[in-house]
Amino acid sequence: MTGGRALALHLGVAAVLGVLQFVLPPFHHGMVTRILFFSTYAMAYNLLFGYAGLLSLGHAMFFAAGMYGAGLPVYYLGMGSGSAFLLGLGSGLLLAAAVGAASLRASGSAFPVVTMMFGQVSYLLTLHFNWITFADQGLVLVDRLLPLHLGPWSVPLTDPAVRYVLAWGLFTVVLWVSLWIVRSPFGRILVALREHEERARMMGYDPFRYRWVAVCLSGGVAGAAGAAYALSFGYVGNAFASILYSIYPLLWVLLGGAGTTLGPLVGVLLMTYAVDVVSGFTSAYLVVVGLALVLVTLGFPQGILGRVRARWWRWLP
Amino acid sequence: MTGQLVLALLEGTTSGLLVALTSVGLALAFGILRIVNVAHGAFFMLGAVLAWGITTATGSFLLALSLAPVSVMLIAAVMDRLVLRPVRYASGPTIVATLGLLYVLEQLTLALYGPEARAVAAPLAGTVELPWFGYSIYKLAVGAVSAFLLLGTWVVVTRTSLGLRMRATQQDPEIAQAFGVPVYRIYSLTFATSAGLAAVAGVLVVPLQQAHYLMGLDALLVSFMAVVLGGLGRIGGTVAASFLIGWTDGIVSIFFTPTLARIVASLIVAFVLVARGGGLVEGS
Repeated sequence: MTGGRALALHLGVAAVLGVLQFVLPPFHHGMVTRILFFSTYAMAYNLLFGYAGLLSLGHAMFFAAGMYGAGLPVYYLGMGSGSAFLLGLGSGLLLAAAVGAASLRASGSAFPVVTMMFGQVSYLLTLHFNWITFADQGLVLVDRLLPLHLGPWSVPLTDPAVRYVLAWGLFTVVLWVSLWIVRSPFGRILVALREHEERARMMGYDPFRYRWVAVCLSGGVAGAAGAAYALSFGYVGNAFASILYSIYPLLWVLLGGAGTTLGPLVGVLLMTYAVDVVSGFTSAYLVVVGLALVLVTLGFPQGILGRVRARWWRWLP
Repeated sequence: MTGQLVLALLEGTTSGLLVALTSVGLALAFGILRIVNVAHGAFFMLGAVLAWGITTATGSFLLALSLAPVSVMLIAAVMDRLVLRPVRYASGPTIVATLGLLYVLEQLTLALYGPEARAVAAPLAGTVELPWFGYSIYKLAVGAVSAFLLLGTWVVVTRTSLGLRMRATQQDPEIAQAFGVPVYRIYSLTFATSAGLAAVAGVLVVPLQQAHYLMGLDALLVSFMAVVLGGLGRIGGTVAASFLIGWTDGIVSIFFTPTLARIVASLIVAFVLVARGGGLVEGS
C-alpha cells in the first residue's frame, strides 16, 4: 500500500479549501460554504452507495433528522449549539439504526424502494406535524441561537466567516474519517460484500451486520451535516427532507465517482454551480438534475474520479 | 343508508378501476421487464397534461383519449430504446436512469405547461337517476373504459401468441431468444403498453381532478402499493389490490387527512417489502 501520495493529495485538498476562504469574493465564499456542507452529506452517502453498494433513495431523512434534531431543541428549548449538534448527529444515527435494520431485510432492487418509502414518510411527517415544524415555511433559529462559548471567546455561528470554518472543519474531519474507514478492514469487507456477497459470506462475514453498521455510519454523518447546516445557517425547513435531497447525493456521488473518497466533493462542486447557472435561465432548472442522472448512468458510470483512477491514478482511494 | 352504501360502492369501484389501470401498467414492467420504473407516475401525469392540451386545442376529448396515450407510448418506446436497453435493464442503473427520466419529463412539463393545475369539462354531462341519487354518467364511462382495457390486457397476456411470447420472455429471456422470440421488441412493446395504460388513466382523470406537473408522485405511490400488495407483477393480484385501495379510499378519507393517508400507504409498501424479504423481482 503506497499511502503517501493519497495522503498528500487529501492534505492538499483540505489545505486549499481552508485557504480559499481568504481569497474568495462573498458570493463564491457562500457557495463554497454550502458545497462543503453538502460534500460532507455526499461523503456520508458515498460510504453506503460507493463502498457498500447499497442504493438508498431516502437519504434526505437522515440529513433532515440532523436538522430537526438540532433545530427543534434550539427553537423550542433554547438549547446550546454544542449539545444541539450532538443531538442532531444522534438523531441521524438513531433513525439510521432503525431504518437500516428494517430496510436491509429487503435486498437487491427492493432496498431502494423501501428507503424511498421511509424517506417519503419522513417528509410527510414534517407536513403532518406542521404546527411544530412550520413545514416549508420552516423555523428561523437566528434570534434564538446562543453563540457558542469556546473558553473566553463567544462565537456567533451564523457569521459567514465562522460558517465557512465550521463547514470546512466538519468536511475535513469527515474526509479523514472516510479515508480511514475505506482503508480499514471494515471498509474492505464492505467492498468485498459489494463485489461478491456469496464469497464474502462464505468467508464468515455476516452481510447484514456489516451493512447495518454502514447504514448507521452513513446516517450519523448525514445527520451531523444536517445539524451543522441548520445551526450555521440558522434555518430548518422541510425542503431538505424532500425526495430531491435524496436524489442529490446520489447524483453528486455518481458524477464525482462512486467509491472514491474525493468524488463527492467533485460532484457537489460541479452540480452546485451547474444548478446555479441554469436556474438563472429557467424555473425548470431541475431538468439538469434529470439529464445528468440519465447521462451519467448511460455513458459515465464510473464518474469523474472513477475514470481518473482507471486511467491514470491507480492509487486513488 | 342503502343509498350511501351504493354510492360508496360505485365511487370505490370507479376509482379502483382507475388505480388498476395505472398499477397493471407498472405490474407489466415489473413482471415482464423485471424493472422498477420510478418514472411510471410521470406517464400518468403526461397523459393528463396532454389530455388537457389536446382537448383545449381541438375541443375533442375523444381525440385526447386516443392521441395522448399513443404519444406517451411513443415517448416510452424512445426511452426504452435510448436509455433502458443500453443499460440492459440492470436493476440499479435502471432505477437511477428512470429517476432521471422522471425529473426530465416533469421539468419539461413545467417549462412547457407551467406550474398551474388545470381541468377540462367532463365530455359526458348528466347523471343516471338511481332510486337514491343521480350518478355522473362520465364516472360510469370511466369505469367501463378502464374495465374494457384491463380485460383487453388480460386477454392479450394470457390468450394470444403475443402474450405467450411475453410470458416466455418473462420466464427466461435467453431461452426465449433461442426459440426465436424477439426479446428486445417484446421489451419495447411491453414498456410502451405499460406507459400507455398509465397515460389512459391520466386522460380519464383530468375531468375529475386537475392536471398538474407533480401529480405523478401520488400515482406512483398508489401503483407501488397495488403492485406490492398484489404480489409483485401478478396482474390478477394487482387488480384485486387496486379494488381494495379504491373501496377503502372513501373510509380512509373520513378518518385520515390526505397526508396521513399517504404516510400509511408508504409504510404499508415499506413493511410489506420488508416482511417479504429478498428482492423485488425474482431471478434478477
